[in-house]
Amino acid sequence: MYIYIDGKKISANDGETILAVANRNNIYIPTLCHHEALDDVGACRVCMVEITHKDWGGWTNLVTACLYPVEEGLVISTSSDAVRRSRGTTLDLLMARCPTSDVIRWMAEENGEISVRYEQVDDGSKCIMCSLCVRACEKMGCNAIGTVGRGHDKKIAPPFFENPENCIGCGACAAICPTGHIEMKDTRTTREIWEKKFDFVACEVCGEPVMTEEYRDYAIANRDLPADYYTTCSACKKKKLASHFDKVGS
Amino acid sequence: MGIANLKKLEARRSALHKAHENVKTQVRVCSGTGCAALGAFEVYDALVEESKKAGLPVQVELAPCGKDKDPIFVSLTGCQGFCQIGPLVHILPEDILYTGVKVSSVKDIVGKTLADGQVIDKLLYKNPEDKKRLKGRADIPFYKGQELVALEGCGSVAADSLDSYIASGGFSSLAKALKMDPDQVIAEVEKSGLRGRGGGGFPTGRKWRSCVNATGDERFVICNGDEGDPGAFMDCCIMEGDPYRVIEGMIICAHAVGSSTGFIYVRHEYPRAVERLSLAVKTCEENGLLGTKILGSDLNFDISVARGGGAFVCGESTALMRSIEGSVGEPRAKYVRSVQRGFRDKPTVLNNVETFACVPSIINEGSDWFASRGTEKSSGTKAFCLVGKVVNTGLIEVPMGTKLRDVVFGIGGGIIDGRPFKAVQTGGPSGGCLGENYLDLPVDFDALAEAGSMMGSGGMIVMDDRTCMVDVAKYFLNFLMEESCGKCVPCREGVYQLHALLDKLSRGEGEPQDLEKIQRLGKEIQVSSLCGLGKSAPNPVLSTLKNFREEYEAHVNDKRCPAGVCRDITTFTIDPDKCTGCLVCKKACPPDAISGEKKQVHVIDQDKCTQCGACRLVCKFDAVVTS
Ligand SMILES: Cc1cc2nc3c(=O)[nH]c(=O)nc-3n(C[C@H](O)[C@H](O)[C@H](O)COP(=O)(O)O)c2cc1C
Ligand code: SF4
Ligand code: SF4
Ligand code: SF4
Ligand code: SF4
Ligand code: FES
Ligand code: FES
Repeated sequence: MYIYIDGKKISANDGETILAVANRNNIYIPTLCHHEALDDVGACRVCMVEITHKDWGGWTNLVTACLYPVEEGLVISTSSDAVRRSRGTTLDLLMARCPTSDVIRWMAEENGEISVRYEQVDDGSKCIMCSLCVRACEKMGCNAIGTVGRGHDKKIAPPFFENPENCIGCGACAAICPTGHIEMKDTRTTREIWEKKFDFVACEVCGEPVMTEEYRDYAIANRDLPADYYTTCSACKKKKLASHFDKVGS
Repeated sequence: MGIANLKKLEARRSALHKAHENVKTQVRVCSGTGCAALGAFEVYDALVEESKKAGLPVQVELAPCGKDKDPIFVSLTGCQGFCQIGPLVHILPEDILYTGVKVSSVKDIVGKTLADGQVIDKLLYKNPEDKKRLKGRADIPFYKGQELVALEGCGSVAADSLDSYIASGGFSSLAKALKMDPDQVIAEVEKSGLRGRGGGGFPTGRKWRSCVNATGDERFVICNGDEGDPGAFMDCCIMEGDPYRVIEGMIICAHAVGSSTGFIYVRHEYPRAVERLSLAVKTCEENGLLGTKILGSDLNFDISVARGGGAFVCGESTALMRSIEGSVGEPRAKYVRSVQRGFRDKPTVLNNVETFACVPSIINEGSDWFASRGTEKSSGTKAFCLVGKVVNTGLIEVPMGTKLRDVVFGIGGGIIDGRPFKAVQTGGPSGGCLGENYLDLPVDFDALAEAGSMMGSGGMIVMDDRTCMVDVAKYFLNFLMEESCGKCVPCREGVYQLHALLDKLSRGEGEPQDLEKIQRLGKEIQVSSLCGLGKSAPNPVLSTLKNFREEYEAHVNDKRCPAGVCRDITTFTIDPDKCTGCLVCKKACPPDAISGEKKQVHVIDQDKCTQCGACRLVCKFDAVVTS
């Protein structure tokens, strides 16, 4: 099928979302709660685009690109006035909520000048409630964190706000967080996240951290990986592989 | 005794009719939530007991036993509508409505009315206008002008009795539908013009047809009984008072769309509705009205009663389905509609309680009958909860297109204490407020939407001149802010900011650009939010801003609340020309800010006054003024 994004005719497949087609064609649509590996939820609303169709009699609609499935002949605008207003308002609201987040400020500047200032909710939090961390943790199979409460007071937290029993210290949540809200403190031998302390497995070659002991135990129990996966760090793994190829090559 | 087929159903009905024919007097004790809270069950027990003691032939079940001569049938019904003056006892065929009945009144009712046919004057409804006692529903303004369809059985059938429902014609509609092609059933519903009563007003027949047309090996029928609107109780009354009607509507839908599994999702706080529906489902199963081969047809259909998740947003279709599936009741984007991929990703029909309750009447009486009521694009009748500053409050049902004036001043009997009417709020928390210039508006889906409000599920709150529209908007926004699930940014952050802006106005700190800011933010929240809660959350503020702009401007420009509600910008004083020195306000003032001797003009000490408004409320002479 064919769709039109910002005037360009583009081929698309049944079942794809607008965002998937745009990404494949290097058309930029900002996102905050989307990640290729995870199911989309439509929470941040910054991927808003305006759609219409020649059969719709002039009717247009604002939809989230990350969720909307393409259909034959769909006409999409990624930066119409309506899109910029909607996205601008969403970002203005996020700026008020997370005034210290650089990512949000950059995105807002990119969208156009900041039009409206709202009362700042200065609780020092950079969390925009995109739930990427929760979905990443779920994908890991750990379900160590979740959302608590609702409305404006909704928070990401481990159950009962205690240090999460299921957390293996993999760091996926911190890595995926778009605003850097999740604190993770690493030393050469320890990691602290969600107020839980972990010891690292040291690389048997260089002594650098490989992964937390809990992650290792979890992976041994749940994944089928070669034994040296748990004992050498990725840098040394690479070196080993390279020398292996060197040998093969010579 | 099961009802294996259509013939047996009719046999059962005629046996019940015969039993009914002998009944000389029917005593219907209202056991709706309001009356129950005021002691209706005790009244019922006392009535039965006392009648037995008096040697009257009471029957509590409509059993075709035929032993007694001229039996008296005493039953517990659902809400009879006029909860304000409950507990109600309605006696037929004489149409005597006893109000405010207490256990202590029972002796008289039995001795005088049931045994002797006398009407007890002091238990009758007193018309506030001329203080005259009115005997029955036919005489009382509150009931005149109403037309009951969805509420037909609520208040008349015995709420927990299958036999009572069958005797009143129950399941004859299902019998008729089963003889029709599913397609014909859908065509009837389409032709009736029935639109969803849960808020959106989506054409019900079209929804059913899309479900049939969607591909899937399994289909579901779900009844939305979440009723999260604070102050609304229509669906509660139907589920408690006429549970079999809802079930019948659902079975007809199952036949039409080809479903074998149904759910009724009942609000968390409605234990009696859960109890009555569960009992009704069980009774239907035992009698072959649910389960396999319903009434001897090929239709198999089961219903489970599910308890709501507790949050307002759980009434939203996608959140509701997630909640029944056992996940957190959070909405999802609806780019693929539920009729195609709903519960467990299968084609699903979700309809409101009242919507299902209309279906049996449509099949029985015909689509033309239904469509002849109401307006062209909003056919039939609609139940409302009439509350607020009106003289008569309660549960009502009127034809669509009835004027607001006829509801507020006819059925509602006008404003309490004869104060001026200011506005009526329709559509629940995310509805809108309409002022005096809309009093002649015909109430239907489109007229309300055009006027900037909405039908919603049928809440109707009447407001007098002492209501501040900024305050009202703030109140509803606060509710919605707390009920937002918090998933998407425009709703979670936007409604919070809208509320903050209104709060700023009510404190007298509004700036000239704030009204524009409110307007723009409201519009963006509407178009950007994920689900219906966020999309409609700005309505209370946008509609009041449109219809009562001067009041907003007074808050911003003059730092003044014209209605005298917003405390920070209101001063209470006593008008010396009007004050009679009656001491009433002095006694009512919590911080003792009022001084004055008997028969001398009272004065408010502004340093002590907390602007609570109690004095203004109690003063009979309108001497307390605000500025
Ligand atoms: C926040 C929110 C709350 C809702 N609550 C209810 C409710 O309590 N009862 C209801 O029937 N519909 C409710 N709805 C509407 C439902 O999503 C759905 O449209 C309706 O149940 C469909 O039935 P109908 O077509 O018969 O009206 C709600 C919608 C939203 C957005
Ligand atoms: S570090 Fe813990 S909370 Fe974060 S993704 Fe890994 S297991 Fe989940
Ligand atoms: S902590 Fe980060 S990843 Fe998690 S919801 Fe907040 S912003 Fe998103
Ligand atoms: S609009 Fe509000 S209630 Fe609906 S998904 Fe967004 S945050 Fe939740
Ligand atoms: S407004 Fe309240 S506090 Fe002030 S004088 Fe009246 S009753 Fe007293
Ligand atoms: S990326 Fe689409 S809503 Fe967040
Ligand atoms: S509860 Fe009895 S009249 Fe409503």
